[in-house]
Amino acid sequence: MECAFSDDFDQLHEDPYLGQPSWEKAERRLLEEAIAETLRKGKIEAQKVNLLFAGDLLNQIISSTFAAQTAGVPYFGLFNACATAGEALALAALLIESGMATYTLAGAVSHNASAERQMRFPTEYGSQRPKTAQWTVTAAGAGLLSATGEGPSVTWVTVGRVVDSAMSDPYNMGMAEVPAAVDTLVTHFKESGRKPSDYDLIVTGDLAAYGLEAAQQLLRDAHLDLGERLMDAGATYYGSDPSVQAGASGAGCIASFLFGHLLTRMRRHELNRLLVVATGSLHSPVSIEQGDNIPCIAHAVALENN
Amino acid sequence: MIFLWAFLVGGAICAVGQLLIDVAHLTAARVMVIFVVAGAILSGIGLYPKLIDFAGAGASVPITSFGNSLAHGAIAEVKRDGLIGAITGIFELTSAGISSAIVFGFLASLFARPRG
Amino acid sequence: MASKNDQPTLPRAVSDQRSFQEVIADHLPRPATGRNTIVAFFIGGLICLVGQAIQNGYMALGFSKEDAANPTVATLILIASVVTALGGYDRFGQFAGAGAAVPVTGFANSIVSSAMERRTEGWILGVGAEMFRVAGPVIVFGVVAAFFVALIYAAIAAI
Repeated sequence: MECAFSDDFDQLHEDPYLGQPSWEKAERRLLEEAIAETLRKGKIEAQKVNLLFAGDLLNQIISSTFAAQTAGVPYFGLFNACATAGEALALAALLIESGMATYTLAGAVSHNASAERQMRFPTEYGSQRPKTAQWTVTAAGAGLLSATGEGPSVTWVTVGRVVDSAMSDPYNMGMAEVPAAVDTLVTHFKESGRKPSDYDLIVTGDLAAYGLEAAQQLLRDAHLDLGERLMDAGATYYGSDPSVQAGASGAGCIASFLFGHLLTRMRRHELNRLLVVATGSLHSPVSIEQGDNIPCIAHAVALENN
Repeated sequence: MIFLWAFLVGGAICAVGQLLIDVAHLTAARVMVIFVVAGAILSGIGLYPKLIDFAGAGASVPITSFGNSLAHGAIAEVKRDGLIGAITGIFELTSAGISSAIVFGFLASLFARPRG
Repeated sequence: MASKNDQPTLPRAVSDQRSFQEVIADHLPRPATGRNTIVAFFIGGLICLVGQAIQNGYMALGFSKEDAANPTVATLILIASVVTALGGYDRFGQFAGAGAAVPVTGFANSIVSSAMERRTEGWILGVGAEMFRVAGPVIVFGVVAAFFVALIYAAIAAI
């Protein structure tokens, strides 16, 4: 499984274990590499970073904790499932805006195999994934924010509410995230007074193929016709590879798509005004087994070239 | 002829399983449990052994056969030893399946690594 | 259809779960039931056919019809274990669905894959404790069902 936009990534691996003895150790390695590469490209020493915001999908967000230990910087661990990168970016930007930090880091990671075995089945188990299933990406993304610089800049943050999706099927998370994504988008345009035409592109996290269709319908009902402006990272991540079913998901999906692909396009000025709506399904295996609906969230972050 | 019936009966049992997943929206784990319980009940009323006579591996290879073997062993011991057979006889006939899966599972974990 | 100047308003489906369910229904894919059922039938049937061939082989070696069933099951489990260990059964399961899950080979795959997956957590609490994580329910409910079937058989026999 290879991302359709992997040319924009700084590092690619052939070995899903990254030479590590376990999936979990491979996952933390991914985030360690993403953070180190981000600092290298930003030409900033780790000691200058005031705070790292990072998260992942594993229990006790263990991958981020070990990556933060390796980075040796002050750390706030986050969990917002697949929306974690949006949460991290929002907090990292707000801290800079408050004047309390000069450099902050935001990052998130997921690994397909570690997520499968924690949330679903052993990786070699022969289960048939339904059409609505999504493929947890094996990727990490990290971004460095600073009080000064040439941009792009974070210009708006809309923090989402937790929305009851009324859905309980963990094989249909993209659809479950639709109400949260629409809720946050409506709030964003209301509170900012901005219009959809103020953005070149509006990218949701991982609604995937079917969720994206439903979101387009709900947004039309909300008098927000985003049309061609609306794109979903999960639905585009693997191109048209049918083996991923409805598309990609995972904390590393929007993280690598945003910090790898979208920011590259912004630096090339193919995109100048971008709204990222990171979406997440916040259930746990236990909450699903106890019959709870999937609680979902979406955070919107606007990025603009100066 | 036994080959044809093995194919048709075995395939039909699997097709029923697929329909329970796709149409009745049951998880695969639930379908497996339903099948093994169904096999035990069909064994109790004497039908499953007849299906094995008729379809051979078509009936003895699907997981329903596991339920049949569990119940068949228990009933055989009930006949011989009385009520206590309902406990002592359960694993009488299913040793091959469970034991080989455990041993091969152990060996696989010794020599092979998941590929993801 | 709204004009561009309309204020964005929260659609009913975000807060009203029933109307969201209606929206979902328009956008959910139908499962490929026909394709899945046909594939499950042919692959499941094929595995049973192979099982029959193995059983006939054991009978040719002098096993009685009844005695040949156990080594047949063990042989199929061995084959499924090897395929799982080589990393092929997960893709096979995605392709064949119940055709890969319902035969005893699927039972073997659930045990072998769990054992392999948990090797990284050690022999005792990893492989040993987690081997039946997926196959456990089948054994538990199979045994409970067999117990009650035998009990009812004994009760009817007593009458």
